[in-house]
Formats: sequence, C-alpha cells, structure tokens
Amino acid sequence: MTEIRDRIIQIIAEQAMLDPSELKLEMSPQEIGIDSLGLVESIFAIEEAFDISVPFNANEPEKSDFDISSLGAIIGAVEKLVAEKA
Amino acid sequence: MNAKRNKGEKPPKTPRKPGKVKGKVKSATKIARTMLGRVIMGRHANGMRRVAITGMGTVNALGRDVPSTLEAMREGRCGIGPLEFRDVERLAIRIGGQVRDWEAETYFNRQQIVLYDKFTQFTLLAAREAVTQSGLVFEGELGLRSGVVLGTAAGGMNTWDENYRTVYEEGKNRVHPFVVPKLMNNAACSHLSMEYGLLGPSFTVATACASSNHAMGLAFNMVRSGAATVMLTGGSEAMLCFGGVKAWEGLRVMSKDACRPFSATRNGMVQGEGAGVFVFEDWEHAVARGADILAEVVGFSMSADAQDIVMPSAIGAERTITGAMLDAHMRPDEVGYINAHGTGTAANDKTECAAVAHAFGHHADRLMISSTKSMHGHLIGGTGAVELLACIMALRDGVIAPTIGYEEPDPECALDVVPNEAREARVEAVLSNAFAFGGLNAVIALRKA
Repeated sequence: MTEIRDRIIQIIAEQAMLDPSELKLEMSPQEIGIDSLGLVESIFAIEEAFDISVPFNANEPEKSDFDISSLGAIIGAVEKLVAEKA
Repeated sequence: MNAKRNKGEKPPKTPRKPGKVKGKVKSATKIARTMLGRVIMGRHANGMRRVAITGMGTVNALGRDVPSTLEAMREGRCGIGPLEFRDVERLAIRIGGQVRDWEAETYFNRQQIVLYDKFTQFTLLAAREAVTQSGLVFEGELGLRSGVVLGTAAGGMNTWDENYRTVYEEGKNRVHPFVVPKLMNNAACSHLSMEYGLLGPSFTVATACASSNHAMGLAFNMVRSGAATVMLTGGSEAMLCFGGVKAWEGLRVMSKDACRPFSATRNGMVQGEGAGVFVFEDWEHAVARGADILAEVVGFSMSADAQDIVMPSAIGAERTITGAMLDAHMRPDEVGYINAHGTGTAANDKTECAAVAHAFGHHADRLMISSTKSMHGHLIGGTGAVELLACIMALRDGVIAPTIGYEEPDPECALDVVPNEAREARVEAVLSNAFAFGGLNAVIALRKA
C-alpha cells in the first residue's frame, strides 16, 4: 500500500512540478496547483502505472465514482481499484 | 486590393456613385458603418459586393441530403446511436452521430474510391446537391472566377487509421500507393475543384471545431471583396474510426450516453461525421441569372483567445459575436436566433451562455439559441457547415431547430435554448457560433434574403 501511495505522490508531484515532500494528503488538486487538464494527465499516468481503468469524466468530476477531492482521496480510490483488479 | 483590381478589370455596366457622407464624420468605424450600411442593388456603397447563398448540400447522421436533415431537425430526431466499426468493443465511448450503412459504391466508382477518403466522399456528395440546387455551370470566365474553401480538422483520418493498422498491427511492409493523396487535408477541396472545373482560389483550413466557420467566413470575404464570383464552401469530417475516437476518449470530455447541451445533466460531447457544402455567390450574379437566393451572408468575425489550449474564454467568444454583428452592420436586437457551438461539455456551454449574455445585454433573454449537435453530434471540422443549415431553415422556413436531450435547467445557461421541440418563429437575422480548441473563434452572420 505504501508503494501505491508513494507512486501516486510521485506522479502528482511531477505534474505539479513540486518536490514530493511538499505535498500533503489533505491537499486538493487545486491547492497542489493542478488544473483540469493536469488532472486528466495525472489520471492517465495513474492508469498506466497500475494498469487500471479510472472512471473519470471531466464534465462531472464530482459525480464520478472516483474521488478526487484530495490527494489522500485519490490514493484511497486507486488502492480500491487496484484491490478490485487483484 | 482585390476589389480595386477587379473593378479595374471589369467595370460595372452602369457605374454607381458611392454614397455621399455629408458633414464631418468623427471616427473610422463611423465612416465604415455609413459607407457599408448603404446598399445599392447588389453592391455596398464602398464597392463591396453582397453575398448570396444559392445552393446547399449535406450528408450527416440525420440524412443524406438537406430535405431529410431539415425534416429531422424539425422533428427533433436524434441521429446519435451505437457506433459500428472495427474494434469498437475496445473503446470506452461507443456512441456517435454516424452516417449509417454508408456504401461508397452507391455514389462513386472504383477509380474514385481508391482516391477518396470518407471525408472526401461526404464532401463530394454534399457538393453535388448544393451545385445542382444552384443551377450553376462553371464554364469559361465563371470557372476562372470560382474556387473552393473547405474546413476539416483531421482530413483522411480513416485512411491514416487503416494504414497504420496495416503496418503496425498486421506487420505488413507495403501500403497502397495513394495513401498520401487520399489522406491529405486538402484532398476534398482539390477533388471538388476538379469535379466542377473551379480554377480560382482554393484551399483548406484546419482550426479544429471552427474549421468550417473559418472556411465559410473566408469564402464570404472573397466573394464580398470581388476576388471570386462563386465559392463552394463548408467542411467535412470523418473521424469516427477506432483511432479517431480512441484519441478523443483520452481527453475525458466525451459522453457515454447522450449529447445534452445546456442541460444541467449534460456530461460531455458526442462526435458526429459528415459534410456540409454551400454555394456562396456574388449577389448581382445570382440576381442576374434569376437564382433562388436562400439567404444572405452579411458578416464574419474571427479571433483568438490566446489563453488556453482547451478551455474556452467568454471574453474571446463575446468579442467574436460582437465583431460579426459589427461587420454585418447588425444591431443586437435584430438577431432572432443563434446556432450555438453548444458542445454539451460543462465548460463550453456555460462559457458560451455568458458570452451571449454579455454581447446582447437584455436582448439575450429575447433571442433563441439552440445546439443541433444534440441531434447530429459534433462534426468537429465540419460542424459549422451542417449547423448553417439550421440557420437557413430559421430564416427561410421560420422553423427554429431545437436543443434535444434537454432535461434540467442549468442556472449558468439561463437562455431560451429551444428545449426538445422545434418552434415556429419569424427571424430576420441569425448568427452561427464556433469556438475551437486552441481558443480560435469564428462567428458568421446571415440575413433573410
């Protein structure tokens, strides 16, 4: 599980052009400095990294099953998807 | 410059005096308005020509000609359904406004099909209808003074897709010798010029979702300036193939179930395919030969947001809407209908409504605005051309095409979007909006002929 967390933090940090140590789990993508296009690219990177399919529609992000409200929520949602795959 | 040169080459039979402007005029804008505002027969007082639409043709998910397309729009019929093509099961998005049961052999011979990608086929079929309706024969002088300007975003996408599959997936090392002339973005334009012997200015523009509006705006300006007597114009797109839709899926702006522009329940765009082609003709030329004039093209504006590669800007859209009205010498309260860009994405629809509200002020509550993409899907580079049909229907038949799939009002799109059912209304002037990815905007203004 820490492996998943670290990899996601690494992906998001790279997208935001920050050092992973600067990210906190309660930060929202917006607070991290990731816009809608950046979010779509991050989700793509997450899908590639874990070989999963993330249900996310940029038109209604709040309605997606995939919680993107904070970094911690994203990690939780990915862990769930990875567990479902196994 | 062109207008001047042409004037020198071929003076009008009865020279007309330019309109006199009495008294002192303060601004350049005012001079332009005064001069352009005066229309004597087929010519504006400053020598600019009026532009008539004398033919229209289409192929799209609603029909393979104009009458069937307009009938579907009047009935609020949806042309969007399950996609049918190779590998569709590997897609997450499986709906689109596809031209169903398309058999190229019905319209073209073997020699033509090896050179015509689907986007060219759609264009040629639409052009046949438009040119037949216009009654024009491009012989002699007219052929020299006529051209083609078309819009497409992706050109021969099906040809790219099929041939990449051949070399990458199937591992073959040989492709058909005509792949390049088949897939190039100007293929449709070139075949159209050859089909009708159009020897004048001809080219293709690619500005994503605004391509055909840009094309038609340029064609309008070429006829208006006197650079050409007739221009065939419009656009085409055929991106509904595995690679085309797969690329769009990546952006996560596509809907899996329906295109519901302006509805609070909208969840994205749905792609369509097809073409729209129009005959833009010098007004005097059209009148002299007794042509049936379907509508008059009166204004065009284009601009760049210079801001974001995908997110639209309300200010850019508003500037372009206002610019088209200024170019047309049209007061905002004259506009009865706007064919919206209305993609059904969260971002476009609210931005577009904000732009319209700003551009029109209190009149925004009195005009009608609908998105026919809800019926034929988003034809990307060909979309403005198919949507111009709804504008002509509004002016000519007094029927406003609806926005179908409308379920729930969105406070951020609080305009009269003509929900679900077509409406009868007399309108004298209309606009057609197109706001492309990359922040490139193009708006056209038409008046009743």
